[in-house]
Amino acid sequence: MKLVKIHNSSTLDFYSADVSAELALPLASSEIAAGFPSPADDHLELKLDLNRALVRHPNATFYGRVKGYSMVDAGIGEGDLLVIDKSLEPKEGDIAVCFLDGEFTVKRIGRQDGGLCLLPANEGFEPIPVTGESDFQVWGVVTYVIHKTR
Amino acid sequence: MGRRHLCHPQDPVEGGEVFGLVDCNNFYVSCERAFNPGLLGRPVVVLSNNDGCIISRSQEAKALGLPMGAPVFRHVRLLERHRVAVFSPNFPLYGDMSARVMNTLGDLLPGIEIYSIDEAFADLGGFRHDDLPAVAGEVRSTVLRHTGIPVSIGAGRTKTLAKAANYLAKKHPARRGVCVLEARDEREALASLPVDEIWGIGRSYGRFLHGEGVGTALDFAMRSREWVRRHLHVTGARVHAELNGEPCLSLEQVRPPRKSICVSRSFGRTVKQLDELENAVGTFASKCAQKLRAEGLRASLVTVFVHTGHYERPERSSGGHLTAAMPAETRSTIDIVRCASVLLRELYRKGFGYKKAGVVLGGLAPDAASAVTPSLFGDGQDEERTAALMQALDTVNSRYGSGALRLAVESPSGWKQRQENLSPRYTSDWDDIIEVRT
Repeated sequence: MKLVKIHNSSTLDFYSADVSAELALPLASSEIAAGFPSPADDHLELKLDLNRALVRHPNATFYGRVKGYSMVDAGIGEGDLLVIDKSLEPKEGDIAVCFLDGEFTVKRIGRQDGGLCLLPANEGFEPIPVTGESDFQVWGVVTYVIHKTR
Repeated sequence: MGRRHLCHPQDPVEGGEVFGLVDCNNFYVSCERAFNPGLLGRPVVVLSNNDGCIISRSQEAKALGLPMGAPVFRHVRLLERHRVAVFSPNFPLYGDMSARVMNTLGDLLPGIEIYSIDEAFADLGGFRHDDLPAVAGEVRSTVLRHTGIPVSIGAGRTKTLAKAANYLAKKHPARRGVCVLEARDEREALASLPVDEIWGIGRSYGRFLHGEGVGTALDFAMRSREWVRRHLHVTGARVHAELNGEPCLSLEQVRPPRKSICVSRSFGRTVKQLDELENAVGTFASKCAQKLRAEGLRASLVTVFVHTGHYERPERSSGGHLTAAMPAETRSTIDIVRCASVLLRELYRKGFGYKKAGVVLGGLAPDAASAVTPSLFGDGQDEERTAALMQALDTVNSRYGSGALRLAVESPSGWKQRQENLSPRYTSDWDDIIEVRT
C-alpha cells in the first residue's frame, strides 16, 4: 500500500505490515434487481480479510523475498513472498528464516548427529550442519509462503 | 492480540505504586541490527537528518569515544579506522519498530504510557512484588523475540526511581537489562547514580549541584527539602521528593529531549462512529502540531494509532498503527491534521468500539535545520564547512565502496541524496523487504 492522495495532492508513503489495510472480498453478493432488498445485504460487512488470516501476530510479523532454489520441494521458489512470525518458538520441522554467516537463508530446521542442521528441500542440495563456529540465529518462523502462479 | 497480560487482575496488590520504565537500548542502532544481525558486535552509528551528527551509537561505538551529537566530519578517521558502520536515519523504519515494541508492551502489561519513540512507563503495581524481576525478564525476552529490539527495564516506587533503576540496568551488564529497585536498596543505588543523570535535573542544575558538592543522586536526596526548594525551585523539589520515594511527578512535568511528540487519550467509553473518532484524532494532531512549534521543531513522520482495548475478545478487537512520511518536514497544523485523518480512515473499521487513539510525530528536526534549504546543514553554515563535510562524508562513503561496510543502498557518490547510507525500508516497501536465500 503506497501513495495516497491528500487534498493538496502531495503523496504519502505508508509503512508497516499493516493488518488494518483490508484486502477484503465480500463473502457473497447476490445479483438482484435494484430495489429488491436482499437478505445477504445485511451481512455484506462481513469480509474476508487476508491480512487477518495470514498475520496472526502483526507486531512480530515481517516479510521476506526468496532467492534461490534449494527449497522448491517445500513449495518455496525464487521470488516467493515469505510471511515470517518472530514470536513463535522455533522447533524441529519448522521452516525458518535463519541468519547464517552474514546472510538470511530459509531452511527446514532438523537434527543430524545430535546437532542442529538446516535441511534443504531439493535433492541437489546438502544439509548444512550448524556448528559452534557458525554465526547463527533463527530469525523467525515462516508461517506462509505466497507464490505467484501467473 | 493472541497473548493476554502477564498479570491477572485478581492478583493481590500489596499496596504502594510500582513504576516501570522500559527503554530500548540504542534504539536506532538496534533497529538497523534487527534486520542485519551481522552488525552485532561491530561499532554502528546512526546520523541525524542530512547525515550531520551522530544521534545513536552502539555500545562498541560508545567505547571508541564517539560522542553523542558529534558532527560526523570531525570523526571520519576514527570511523574509518574501526570500520564503523554508519547509517543515515531511516525514520520510517524506526517509527514502525517503535510501534511494534509499544504494542507488544501494551499486550504484556496492564497499563503503559508511551513516553518517547523508545521509552514507555508501565504500571507494575498489580504484580506480586517478588515476581517483578521475573516479570521484567519475561517482558524483556518477549520484546526481543517478537521485534528483535533489546530493551532495559527499571522499576521503582516512583517514576524518577524507575528511571534511575533503568540507568543502573543499562550500566551493569550483570543485571541483564533488568533492575528492580527495592525500597531498602534505594540508597545504595542512588549513591552510584551521578547527579546529572537524574531524570529532570538536566545540565545546568547538574553543574550547579556539582559546584555545591552534590555529586550523586544520594547526595541530592539527602539534602533538606528547604535547601532544594530554595535553589532548585518547584521542579527540583519534585525530583527530590520522588527520589525519596514519594510519587508526585506526572509525565508532562519533566520534558525529555524530544525524539517524538505524542498526544493520546483513552476515551473512558466506547467510540464507534468514524466522525467522532476523527474529531478526537484531529484534536490530538492539532495539539501535537502546537507542541511541535512550541519546541521549535519540524516533523516528517505522522503516526496514528487506535485500540479497542485489551480486554476485548479477539473477534471484537481491532486496532493498529499507521505511519506516513510527509513529503517535506512540516510544522503546519493543517498538514498534520490532514495526514492524521487520512491515516485514521485507513485504520478505522466499522462496527468496532474504540477505547483509545493517539497521534505521534516523529522524524523531528530543529526548525532552522529543516529541509527548506538544500544545504547540508541548512542553517546558514558557510560554504567552506559544507564543502569540508561533503568531502569527509565522501571519504567515509568511498570506504563503503570497498565492501568493508555492508550497506543496503548503493548510490553513486556525489552527495545528491543527503542520505547516502540509508538502509532499506524493510517494513514499509515491498521492494525493500529482506532478501532470503534458500
